[in-house]
Amino acid sequence: MSWPKPWTDAQMDVAIAVILRTGVLLAATIVLVGGVFYLQRYGFTVPDYRVFLGEPADLRSIPGIISDTLALRPRGIIQFGLLLLIATPIVRVTFAVAAFALQRDRVYVIVTLIVLGVLLYSLLGGAR
Amino acid sequence: MNVVEFTALVFGVSSVAGFLGALTGMGGGVVIVPILTIFLGADIRYAIGASLVSVIATSSGAAAAYVKEGFSNIRIGMFLEMATTLGALLGATLVALMSTSFIAVIFGLVLIYSAFLSVHSRLHDKPDDLPDPLASRLHMDGAYPGDLGPVAYHVHAVPTGFSLMFVAGALSGLLGIGSGAVKVLAMDQAMRIPFKVSTTTSNFMIGVTAAASAGVYLNRGYIDPGLAMPVMLGVLIGSLAGTRVLIKARPRWLRLTFAAVILVLGSEMIFNGLTGRL
Repeated sequence: MSWPKPWTDAQMDVAIAVILRTGVLLAATIVLVGGVFYLQRYGFTVPDYRVFLGEPADLRSIPGIISDTLALRPRGIIQFGLLLLIATPIVRVTFAVAAFALQRDRVYVIVTLIVLGVLLYSLLGGAR
Repeated sequence: MNVVEFTALVFGVSSVAGFLGALTGMGGGVVIVPILTIFLGADIRYAIGASLVSVIATSSGAAAAYVKEGFSNIRIGMFLEMATTLGALLGATLVALMSTSFIAVIFGLVLIYSAFLSVHSRLHDKPDDLPDPLASRLHMDGAYPGDLGPVAYHVHAVPTGFSLMFVAGALSGLLGIGSGAVKVLAMDQAMRIPFKVSTTTSNFMIGVTAAASAGVYLNRGYIDPGLAMPVMLGVLIGSLAGTRVLIKARPRWLRLTFAAVILVLGSEMIFNGLTGRL
């Protein structure tokens, strides 16, 4: 894709806001759908968050969450929505890398790449 | 209490927290963790996991409203995010190494500090002075829309601001909160960025900072879908409603009341932490 002109900071702000709003709405919708299934299946059981056990392995990793979602497991669907929510700021930073590159602002391309690196390292399990 | 009742209760409390958090500008996340742990008996790791997710939702959801006002500075935000994301990574890693009682005490101290900060009047914007060479080289100086056209400003003390941001990030990762208070402090007082610019830029940064610790939380199993679902939806709906009702006017009595609630919750957290109940 080619833009006629390098993006101004103001245009970048607007585009970023659109990305963020779309991401949040999409994530919230999926969490809501998963929530309805979850209440249908587990609604009359007793919740217990007193003792920390940690989530099962399938709800901790991206491949596990995706396969749970495809199997239409309610908790997996909610987790998939939450994963999208976590990914939204990452998309935002990726977009900023591209926008700064188009502005030929080398310092800020490096700055945003560092931020992106930290985010991916965290999400892909490097700090486990 | 079964899951339906529990979910409805958490959703209701989260909506109110999100609504008041947006109205007072303090964010709803700070009250979620104390309520989930003290009143609903959840383990603090599940509570911070759910809270952190709601922080990302609020930050991203409110961004659209802020952008229209044209105050945020993307370069300052991105540059400082290097510090906040690294801090967040450290904070999130520390959760597993610290006892839950210790985390509760730190949480309480941060709550009391936030309450204090919200009541204290902030420094007024000073008339502009000389540019700072480092900030100028990093293209951080900017302008924001004022009543009589754009108002130019200079940014100062980049290294101090950067260090404070690392602390803000670490607290965010350790406690599952946005740390907006520390972020605004670093930008307001140390870097002398105009208040409106620092508030909106801080909101932008909160989502990215939270995403850096959310990855670690997810991998370690702190994010429980059943708990995070009503918290995230409640805080999001509440804060969107709050932003819509009042963007600028933040009534003083409301802020004082919310600050008092936070003060009480902070003391409870410290008490429960010291007596080993959390």
